[in-house]
Amino acid sequence: SWWGGVQMGPPDPILGVSEAFKKDSSPKKMNLGVGAYRDDQGKPFVLSCVRKAEALIAAKQLDKEYLPIGGLGEFTKACAQLALGADNDVLKSGRNITVQTISGTGSLRIGANFLSRFHGGPRDVYLPKPSWGNHTPIFRDAGMQLKAYRYYDPSTCGFDFKGALEDISKIPEQSVIMLHACAHNPTGVDPKPEQWKEISDIVKKRNLLVFFDMAYQGFASGDIDRDAWAVRYFIEQGHNILLSQSFAKNMGLYGERVGGFTVVCNDADEAKRVESQLKILIRPIYSNPPMNGARIAAAILNTPDLRSLWLEEVHGMANRIIKMREQLVAGLKKEGSSHNWQHVIDQIGMFCFTGLKPEQVERLTKEFSVYMTKDGRISMAGVSSGNVGYLAQAIHAVTK
Amino acid sequence: MSIFSDVPQAPPVAVFQLTADFRQDSHPQKVNLGVGAYRTDDCQPWVLPVVKKVERLIVEDDSLNHEYLPILGLPEFRSASASKVALGDDNTAIKENRVGGVQSLGGTGALRIGAEFLRRWYNGVNNTATPVYVSAPTWENHNSVFTDAGFKDIRPYHYWDAASRGLDITGLLDDLENAPEHSIFVLHACAHNPTGIDPTQEQWKKIAEVMKRRNLFAFFDSAYQGFASGSLEKDAWAIRFFVSEGFELFVAQSFSKNFGLYNERVGNLTVVAQDSDSLTRILSQMEKIVRTTWSNPPSQGARVVSKTLNSPELFDEWKGNVKTMADRVLLMRDQLKAKLQALGTPGTWDHITQQIGMFSFTGLNPKQVEYMIKEKHVYLMASGRINMCGLTSKNIDYVAQSIHDAVTKVQ
Repeated sequence: SWWGGVQMGPPDPILGVSEAFKKDSSPKKMNLGVGAYRDDQGKPFVLSCVRKAEALIAAKQLDKEYLPIGGLGEFTKACAQLALGADNDVLKSGRNITVQTISGTGSLRIGANFLSRFHGGPRDVYLPKPSWGNHTPIFRDAGMQLKAYRYYDPSTCGFDFKGALEDISKIPEQSVIMLHACAHNPTGVDPKPEQWKEISDIVKKRNLLVFFDMAYQGFASGDIDRDAWAVRYFIEQGHNILLSQSFAKNMGLYGERVGGFTVVCNDADEAKRVESQLKILIRPIYSNPPMNGARIAAAILNTPDLRSLWLEEVHGMANRIIKMREQLVAGLKKEGSSHNWQHVIDQIGMFCFTGLKPEQVERLTKEFSVYMTKDGRISMAGVSSGNVGYLAQAIHAVTK
Repeated sequence: MSIFSDVPQAPPVAVFQLTADFRQDSHPQKVNLGVGAYRTDDCQPWVLPVVKKVERLIVEDDSLNHEYLPILGLPEFRSASASKVALGDDNTAIKENRVGGVQSLGGTGALRIGAEFLRRWYNGVNNTATPVYVSAPTWENHNSVFTDAGFKDIRPYHYWDAASRGLDITGLLDDLENAPEHSIFVLHACAHNPTGIDPTQEQWKKIAEVMKRRNLFAFFDSAYQGFASGSLEKDAWAIRFFVSEGFELFVAQSFSKNFGLYNERVGNLTVVAQDSDSLTRILSQMEKIVRTTWSNPPSQGARVVSKTLNSPELFDEWKGNVKTMADRVLLMRDQLKAKLQALGTPGTWDHITQQIGMFSFTGLNPKQVEYMIKEKHVYLMASGRINMCGLTSKNIDYVAQSIHDAVTKVQ
């Protein structure tokens, strides 16, 4: 056989959680590993605006001809507008190029490949510590190298602002720095606006290339403009950023793989040149992107009443998460926990870095059938009014 | 000073540029024989009736949502149906649990995932020096896929014989004999793109014999199963023969053409391994490659295909739709040849009906192609390749006359 030397790949740590959860027969089991939104009954949620958009699209009886390499025009335009704001000067001057990508992962990979081929600066990409687990292998497979800057402070379960600034101030010029636009994954810890301003200043001083990952616009605070504030501020401050967007969570379009990749260039001519090279990168990976999700997203973004409905529904999802955070903390207080759980409320987005240690996590799983990743991260989406009390009990039991 | 100020303008992808030029052209008789997508006799895209039916079923199914698929794709799509289409339901390798599938973004995605895997794990670890052979000519994206996957040595193997307008089997077999052991060969399962010339069964047997003896790796590109002859079995004969001969191989399957699902990006990388343990290890590594490329594949197209393939009535209906497309192409081939012969166009035109699938290598040279485009507003690739689907009962006379003029007026 050709394949005698092929080793068994290590199991995916997050998928492993779901596998174990499936096998558990406890009626009280909770899956807090999943990074997908669930409603208050613990079920996947298909947004009404999505169903309506699908019906509209089905009625049009459209063909299935290949999209251009860069994707559906009405989608990419709306995607850029959503991130930057419809009246952004960058859009007006045509100095951005936005291509449709295979959700957030595909977007990051295209960006990583583009950097690998065209970035004349250092090969190093600086990630916040910690970052989404897939960032590292994506950049590595694209030929880049990974470094880190301090981000999460385990002693406060909050942002290590001082540490971040110190580390960033030492990053060699022209290196790439990855920033999570909002709802940091996995910690849920976001810089405050005044902190973002200082970060922007130091990044500018160090002449770093900024790569924003925005996978949760709208999903973090419930307000799409608020969640895009950092991205827009940086552009305003003159950073020519790279930006990855995902519509997996905020439109619930997970499996349709809808995303965008944007490069903010010096001028429209440079944007055209960059676009031509992005196409050359994309063609040998998948030729052109899938239509279905992009059509849905475009219909939602470009149809006024669907867009309003979407904004309401995204607000609703964010609100449910925020409510669960509050109920969990209230529950822990009720259980008599003497610990400070304020970070559960201060953190934002789908994930919460509880601060639980691996041994405590193991106990939660073994004794209470509560499944989460070893780093103490829980997906608030897996919490509902029906099980938040049980979760508070369980966490209190392993931390008292 | 922008970090991207040195980024050069890349040339456009030729086949898409051709369509762009065609669109700009206002000539009333213009014809687009460029990009490879099926057209009806009214020159319209065709959403297969079975696809429309299945999409309605999917919309009406409230139990379906938009959740993530597993990394390797929809289980009922992968080896459960897609791979079975290529290998046959009762294939021994499937029964022996040594066939797996990786749902991919079209045929391109399947090729890329397969190429990435081979670069990492074939012929040693990360052996970028393994030669990859592609046919001369071949689909131009083959080169880029393997290059971007990291292979440093992409070479042509003899294939098209301009003199006979057929297969250069001697040259091909020679290249196989002389290729370094373990070289990778990208083989077109049927309906060779761009020439339309396929090896006969006897020729495939010879190819397989040399490849087995010299330990060469077979990577099949199957983008036209069913579309070429109208028969799924006939179009998969070469793949099935190789599997029956004990080869471990890859098949990059596309459902773009035979399901007309172009923009949904439905493909499958079929992996045939020697045993199920190897398969398990291979698939675990495929997951890692997929995870950093697109994480998990799009669900819509795979749902349509698997629903169709897994239902006997829908499967039959699909085969009928496929035959409709294949038959129209065969009709256009017959008619084009007949008209050229009737016009007395110099040269022989048998190759038009001998070639198979969507494309035909007309034999027109670059000057004649330029004439066709500029003077006649008939758009075709510089290689002389035409998409038979662009021909209709309404334009075939004009196209035949244009070819006649090109051949007689331009040397």
